[in-house]
Amino acid sequence: MKSEAEIENLEIRLLLETIFLRYGYDFRQYAQASLKRRMRQCLSECGITLISEAIPKVIHDRTFLNRLVHALSVTVTHFFRDPLCYRALRKQVIPLLATYPFVTIWHAGCATGEEVYSLAILLREEGLYERVRIFATDINDHSLQIAKEGIYNINSMIESSQGYLDSAGKGALSDYYHSRYDLARIHAALKENIVFAAHNLATDHVFSETHLIFCRNVLIYFNKELTNRVLLLFEKSLVAGGILCLGSHESLSFTAVENRFIPISRDQRIYQQKVGP
Amino acid sequence: MTFPRPRAIVIGASAGGFQALRTLFPVFPEGFPVPILVVQHQPTHGSGPRGCSLLALHCRLPVREAMDKEPIQSGHIVFAPPGYHLLVEPDFTLALSTDPAIHHSRPAIDVLFETASDVYQAGLIGVLLTGASQDGTAGLQKIRQRRGMTLVQDPQSAESPFMPRYAIAHGAADQVLPLSAIALTLKQLGNVQHE
Repeated sequence: MKSEAEIENLEIRLLLETIFLRYGYDFRQYAQASLKRRMRQCLSECGITLISEAIPKVIHDRTFLNRLVHALSVTVTHFFRDPLCYRALRKQVIPLLATYPFVTIWHAGCATGEEVYSLAILLREEGLYERVRIFATDINDHSLQIAKEGIYNINSMIESSQGYLDSAGKGALSDYYHSRYDLARIHAALKENIVFAAHNLATDHVFSETHLIFCRNVLIYFNKELTNRVLLLFEKSLVAGGILCLGSHESLSFTAVENRFIPISRDQRIYQQKVGP
Repeated sequence: MTFPRPRAIVIGASAGGFQALRTLFPVFPEGFPVPILVVQHQPTHGSGPRGCSLLALHCRLPVREAMDKEPIQSGHIVFAPPGYHLLVEPDFTLALSTDPAIHHSRPAIDVLFETASDVYQAGLIGVLLTGASQDGTAGLQKIRQRRGMTLVQDPQSAESPFMPRYAIAHGAADQVLPLSAIALTLKQLGNVQHE
């Protein structure tokens, strides 16, 4: 006899399998607890009580599918989230990147773009922006569109001003946007060397010859298997001695690549790939 | 009272919570056989040492902030990091999320309580302490539905009575107790042998 919770887990598995088989979106290896919460919330907003009721709907109703995929994959962030991470990047990573004539950066899971523009601001202030190309990728088309536009609510920018200063910013955050009414538009110059692209970490392939991979608070949504897959993907994408920057409460401990990296800022979870075997 | 030894204890606290936790934590003996997971609302951009490292000074158990995907361990007190929700995964590991705030809070007590109850079912004890938020009530209700046990701090003994009062008013409390009695109950529950 299955319990109520086991039946719900069965329904979730069937729904995720259906989404994958019908459309190729693969959420089967997402961390279960937050996925379940997001799914329950989206379905209840759509007036669906039983998860299994969503199965026929998802097969035949593209609008519903889009809404569900958005709910399962969207992430929220803000400018200069975790200022100490940016401070460590300035101090410990910029000098390493500066030794290369041309620098490739992959921001994996850039969401709505706040953190990729934060990185661009930092690179500009450190004099590196002109020889950098940043690939900013996300699975969520809607988020990517917002990232490309680079238009944000002015209040969120003002709230992030302190974070910018705490990151050892050299001017003011408002130097990097025009405000009009309640909106802030990121300066076009900051976008010049950023390429936004759709990329699915669960199914897509490597980027080559990358010097820095920035992937913060993305792996928290994946289970161990998918996390390992993604970390191996990162390892292959990095040049020898390349840098991997994770979120402040993510770690390489107990992962498949633990022995391939050495921490260069333990507190801020910034790692360098080992050179050689 | 017959209640088997719990498989986990989850604690939620908001305004006035650090003081309450300081009273609660010293009661746990070394090697306490149950994991303790805590959401304490706090500002994301605080200065000075984090609250949980200060609380470690008052406690015989190791106290720290959760790391994503770490295994849940008995006899450890683990806090949700500021700015992250703390969740329990079915394989008894911890997970974090940066999903939107709930009741203006991230971490939210409801997120921890609900996901822990999904995993520990009737083996979960939920404790709601002082605070000025509605957070925690839905989570306690879920724990009760699954036949876990819920303890709510007596509002009269709470620095900020709103949160416990809200939970009691919504029928989410199995027992309403002053802090000292909550401490004693938790300690005794840890001593019960598994059946």
